[in-house]
Amino acid sequence: MKYTISVLVENHAGVLSKVSGLFSRRGFNIDSLAVGITEDPSVSRMTIVVDGDEYIVEQLEKQLNKLIPVIKVKTLAPSEKIARTLSLIKVSAGTGKREDIMRISELMGARIVDVTRSTLTLEFSDTTDRTETLETLLRPYGIKEIVRTGIIALEKGPNCTRLSKRPH
Amino acid sequence: MMTGALAMVKCLEKEGVRVAFGYPGAAICPFYDALIDSSIHHILVRTEQNAAHAASGYARISGIPGVCIATSGPGATNLLTGIASAYMDSIPMVVITGQVRSDLLGRDVFQEADITGAAEPFTKHSYLVKNASDIPRIFKEAFHIASTGRPGPVLIDVPIDMQKTSIPAFDYSTPVNIIGYKPRSQGHSLQIKKVIEALKESKRPVLCAGGGVFSANALKELRVFVDRCGIPVICTMMGIGSLPTEHPLNMGMLGSHGCVPANKAIRDADLVILAGARVGDRAVASPGQVAERAVVIHIDIDPAEIGKNMPAHIPIVGDLRLVLSELAENCDWKAPQDWVQQVTNRKMRYAQVQVQPIKGFIEPKSFMRTLSERMQPNAIICADVGQNQIWSANNWIVRDGRFLTSGGMGTMGYSIPCAVGAKHASPSLQVCAVCGDGSFQMSMMELGTICQEKIGVKIVIMRNTCLGMVRELQDNHFGCRHSAICLDGSPDFVSIAKAYGIAARSISSNQEAESAIDEMLENDLPYLLVCNVSPDYPSR
Repeated sequence: MKYTISVLVENHAGVLSKVSGLFSRRGFNIDSLAVGITEDPSVSRMTIVVDGDEYIVEQLEKQLNKLIPVIKVKTLAPSEKIARTLSLIKVSAGTGKREDIMRISELMGARIVDVTRSTLTLEFSDTTDRTETLETLLRPYGIKEIVRTGIIALEKGPNCTRLSKRPH
Repeated sequence: MMTGALAMVKCLEKEGVRVAFGYPGAAICPFYDALIDSSIHHILVRTEQNAAHAASGYARISGIPGVCIATSGPGATNLLTGIASAYMDSIPMVVITGQVRSDLLGRDVFQEADITGAAEPFTKHSYLVKNASDIPRIFKEAFHIASTGRPGPVLIDVPIDMQKTSIPAFDYSTPVNIIGYKPRSQGHSLQIKKVIEALKESKRPVLCAGGGVFSANALKELRVFVDRCGIPVICTMMGIGSLPTEHPLNMGMLGSHGCVPANKAIRDADLVILAGARVGDRAVASPGQVAERAVVIHIDIDPAEIGKNMPAHIPIVGDLRLVLSELAENCDWKAPQDWVQQVTNRKMRYAQVQVQPIKGFIEPKSFMRTLSERMQPNAIICADVGQNQIWSANNWIVRDGRFLTSGGMGTMGYSIPCAVGAKHASPSLQVCAVCGDGSFQMSMMELGTICQEKIGVKIVIMRNTCLGMVRELQDNHFGCRHSAICLDGSPDFVSIAKAYGIAARSISSNQEAESAIDEMLENDLPYLLVCNVSPDYPSR
């Protein structure tokens, strides 16, 4: 089963390598990892998707918490999170194909961010499932290149993964 | 104004460091220069790995982080085994390494090694100093992290230009505040209540004491709890000595190399309290089975240890000293007498097994007993790794002293540098390293350190002319096909010792043992005793 874990870390050089080193060392399988700064520039948030079971996720949470630059770890329950991935998809779009691709793009809610005589580049931000649907729809036209970010996720509702370890 | 190097030395002084173990080199020269004017006593080891082992021995006896120092590149990489050994056994340690100039980092210059990267899996935390004015904060944090929570080694890598740079002010008064590091110490009171309830329902309870008893300095609290409740105790190798060997409720060491009464106690138990023990594979081969039969109560300061190797029914995260004293205060329960009688009877039965002397050789088990009886009650024994370790673990009688060994990593060559460190932490105590002829040759260069420092470390070599533990494995699991275990070519150890000016003697029978041991212990000078043991003599 896939688990999404939200991790707040100190925004220092070397933290990413500590986290990724932990994963390989303890034999955890990362599906995706995304990192960026938060509302507090001294803190970054990592969203990590791992494949495993309850034991693995519990161990992972505990081992992550042991890393000194890790401030907070929270596993987001599937029903209680909003998760998105951002994709850029370059599709060949010669004469006769462009119209179709533009229609698919509109239907799926993607944006066209680059146009050439032979290609269209789509920007799409949505769930993994819908991203896969878009890919399936575009494949017959010839996908030339895809880049996807790791999944980023937040809890639904007013709850926040806060810096509780920080003293007031 | 002072240099970064001087600030480093000042930090160590502020932390109360009296002794440091190390080996200099180009990239750490500014620090060594500043060290000349310090009261800190520097011990020059003969290879960097032993600086880390000595710092480990020092930390285990003094209770404060051991400090070891090496230069960049090979100096730093030589420390790795020592750092990893300390990490596995949760020993507080601050490791200082020199590094090449910060503007040259990553260019593969002479003696450059990414030591923070290499040591990452074996350190509790590490720092690469990028700004000399951070030195006081980093050192203060390093000592704090190394010694609090679950102790462990912390590495500080200091580029040579950071040591030379002047820093505007030295302020060591700012309290440590690391937002991601707030170890919990008090056990949850609700969990403690649950333990007491579970104890009341148990018919066959047992307490398994691990190295955490020492890390938490909880010997007294353990003793009070055990005496009050009368609960039988078994020890992991790291937990040996947490209760005196001859305490009526001490059933001995468990595990694949442990003793029958201890292993049967945990097998028959319906309740197991794991006290600062991480249930390593050599201690409990099938932890799942134990948890099926018994209610498992796991007390550990490190939440990640709970449920890692053995499922726990009642987890308690906290400082063992606090948890045990709270348990003792709130518990008016007594372990069922029939169960205590059952395990005690078994202990007596196995204790009666007599070992046969072997002609022309020392019988190691009775030798260990004799050695421990003739040494002072508070003596420290540092057991190496291999058969000598098992003979020591199962037969050394700990009274008021300590049993030190490399439990988690099983690092050969640990005992002698560990003894050097332990003796520096407590110079008035008798300290004895017990090693094999294999492990001795991994650290025999430290005889130089011992002579230079004129410290009375006693060394016993259980010489069986082969790598006995591996040979035993090959006998038992590889059809007696012996591969690469013969130590032919070893020197005459007595002559080696004498070349260093160390008194030495070789014995081949237990009759000679008493007089040889007394000769070894008659003064506080170094001594090397070679005990010739049959290569066929098993670990257990």
